Amino acid sequence: MAKTIDVMSLYPKDMNIYGDSGNVLTVTRRLALYGYEPRVTAYNQGDPWPEHIDMVLGGGGQDTGQKKIIDDFFTRADALAALAESGTPMLMICGMYQLFGEYFETVDGTRLDGIGVIPAHTIGRDVRMIGNLVEHSDEFGDVIGYENHSGQTFLRAGVGVRPLGRVDQEGRGNNGEDHTEGARVHNVIGTYMHGSLLPKNPAIADFLIRTAAENRYGEFGTADQTDAQAAELARLDKVAAEARAVAAGRPR
Amino acid sequence: MAWNSFATPLIGKGVRWASRLLRHGGSAFPGKVVETIDPTFLARTLGRLPLGVVLVSGTNGKTTTTRMVASMLSDLGLKVFTNPTGSNFTRGVVSALLQQVTLTGRLDADIAVLELDEAYAVHFVKQVRPRYALLLNVMRDQLDRFGEIDNTARLLGHVAEATDGVVVLNREDPRIAALADLAPKGTAVRYFGLSDGLKALFPSDDDMATTVSVEGAGDGAAPRAAAAGRTAAADHEALELPADVTFTAFGDHRATFRLDGAEHTTDVKLEGVYNLYNAAAALAVVRAVVADAPRARTAAAPAGGEAFRGRLGRFAASDTPALIRAVSRVTPAFGRGEVIDAAGSPVELLLVKNPMGFRLSLASFPPEGADTMIVINDEYADGRDMSWLWDVDFTSLRATGVRQVSGVRAWDMALRLGYDQVPVDATDTDIESALNVFVHANPGTPKHIYCTYTAMLRVRAALGRIAHVADAGVGR
Repeated sequence: MAKTIDVMSLYPKDMNIYGDSGNVLTVTRRLALYGYEPRVTAYNQGDPWPEHIDMVLGGGGQDTGQKKIIDDFFTRADALAALAESGTPMLMICGMYQLFGEYFETVDGTRLDGIGVIPAHTIGRDVRMIGNLVEHSDEFGDVIGYENHSGQTFLRAGVGVRPLGRVDQEGRGNNGEDHTEGARVHNVIGTYMHGSLLPKNPAIADFLIRTAAENRYGEFGTADQTDAQAAELARLDKVAAEARAVAAGRPR
Repeated sequence: MAWNSFATPLIGKGVRWASRLLRHGGSAFPGKVVETIDPTFLARTLGRLPLGVVLVSGTNGKTTTTRMVASMLSDLGLKVFTNPTGSNFTRGVVSALLQQVTLTGRLDADIAVLELDEAYAVHFVKQVRPRYALLLNVMRDQLDRFGEIDNTARLLGHVAEATDGVVVLNREDPRIAALADLAPKGTAVRYFGLSDGLKALFPSDDDMATTVSVEGAGDGAAPRAAAAGRTAAADHEALELPADVTFTAFGDHRATFRLDGAEHTTDVKLEGVYNLYNAAAALAVVRAVVADAPRARTAAAPAGGEAFRGRLGRFAASDTPALIRAVSRVTPAFGRGEVIDAAGSPVELLLVKNPMGFRLSLASFPPEGADTMIVINDEYADGRDMSWLWDVDFTSLRATGVRQVSGVRAWDMALRLGYDQVPVDATDTDIESALNVFVHANPGTPKHIYCTYTAMLRVRAALGRIAHVADAGVGR
């Protein structure tokens, strides 16, 4: 009997843009190829809160999407914060990254609260940071993706939040100024990287999977993995390596 | 009128001739010159058309639908001016006009049917108020240009606001249907739509994201239930709005449309089920023009000329069978279900630009009994972001597999197929070499090539060379 891992897809109906569902698919397929049984629950506003959550994946959205989920999101803020503090791996892209921060200040100066899981705030800007991006992470190597956001995010200093990676040029990443991209706190990753992120960055996908398995079963065992599954995983990673090499050389 | 306006056609034509001679290449260059020396040329020239301007915009299907509307109107007897494929921006329209106007600046046409890119449509309507606007859909496409799809819908809202005759809207796209509120007082609103049975084939942009995450959740085993994500509210709204033309059923090169409560089935030359829905859109706008014709005939007076009044009289008498016949005669546009014979196999070229278009193409061309190739580029015209490939469900290719994956982003595509468990025979970023292997394998077997825009241009050019080589070698 394969070990189950419960993955929660957070607000896939309204916070899901630019291929964010590719992240869910990647985690699901890789879990299966490691010999686990992935069980994905789509959580949308008004749904019952799942009994067991080993991993949370959230995506980006348009302003209208954010408006639709925001009330429900605040009612789930404590539950999400507790999960984050207890070490549940989470990946929050773009819009959900911003909402996991402390607050968002719109272009006209209005302050909208976030749930404060990530010590960061975002300032709305008229200029969009958009294009192919490579960032350098000590934890995951080079992270390759496509950023697409107009908010400038600033990490709060001195409270243990680190960037996910560093970018070489000005005008890209979290805020275009301090060469940071994304955020790392507990086992939570916040980032502006689409692409989709996880298919071309299997190191991050495997971090989420490994952490989820260790939390639930005490270790990341692959005893149920067949040789065919191991071979398929290796093949996918070879294709990903080729795709990464091409993507890293493409114009902005 | 500017002092020099009388000379504009001559200058424009001169520039066009000179730019051809100098192999300047860009078809918009003469338009640029004329926009500078005579900024009212566009409004003045189109303003003289007795039946006005039909503006077609939306993310998917602009080119095909514009071609359908133009083809149907001329089939029904009108003289139609339309902009050629690809010049869907204001300057391109000016350039196209320059080729057609007489030296006195007259355009020999009754009506213009113009395809405009969403952003350029906003520019255009500031200069020319269209009498008819046909707004097709807003999908995730070219996001690096327009930002988000709500934004794109806002751009099309400006078109609805500027239209003074009839706005024709896609009832099934909630963002488009909502534009009805923006139509000015006195402007009529008509809808084209789908029967309940076909709605599952055409999920809206919002439904699509939901469907894909369900797919992810089931690890490929989940049933395809595109309609499952439709909200009750959306269905309810759809029930409330009567469609002027409803696409109700299709078969192999056959389509059924419901007009005035009666079903009409016809043969079609068009490929792909999404093009049949575009045909419903075209029918709806053509019906609106026909309905206005008697009034236009009265208004035309002697200035319109006897020949025009005669054409208009015949056009005004077009009945539903004549309209349906006109649909049956429309032929596919470049790269929209075009079939080329290469090395002894029929090769079908399928342009894919966004998740919805790709999904509909996959649903329209069953892979069984054919070889499949996918060519993905990421030039500016294609969109640089590869994220969209992850919003397409490729599991329908699992049984047959894909023979060749090519283009600049071949490896991104191969990775996408890998996660959908679709077998891939070969991945090669070099389009020409991949295409050579692909078309020469299994002679006689139909081939499907899905390509992004710039990939399509490369594939066509390479196919031309291959077809030429085949001709010379076999000497048929």
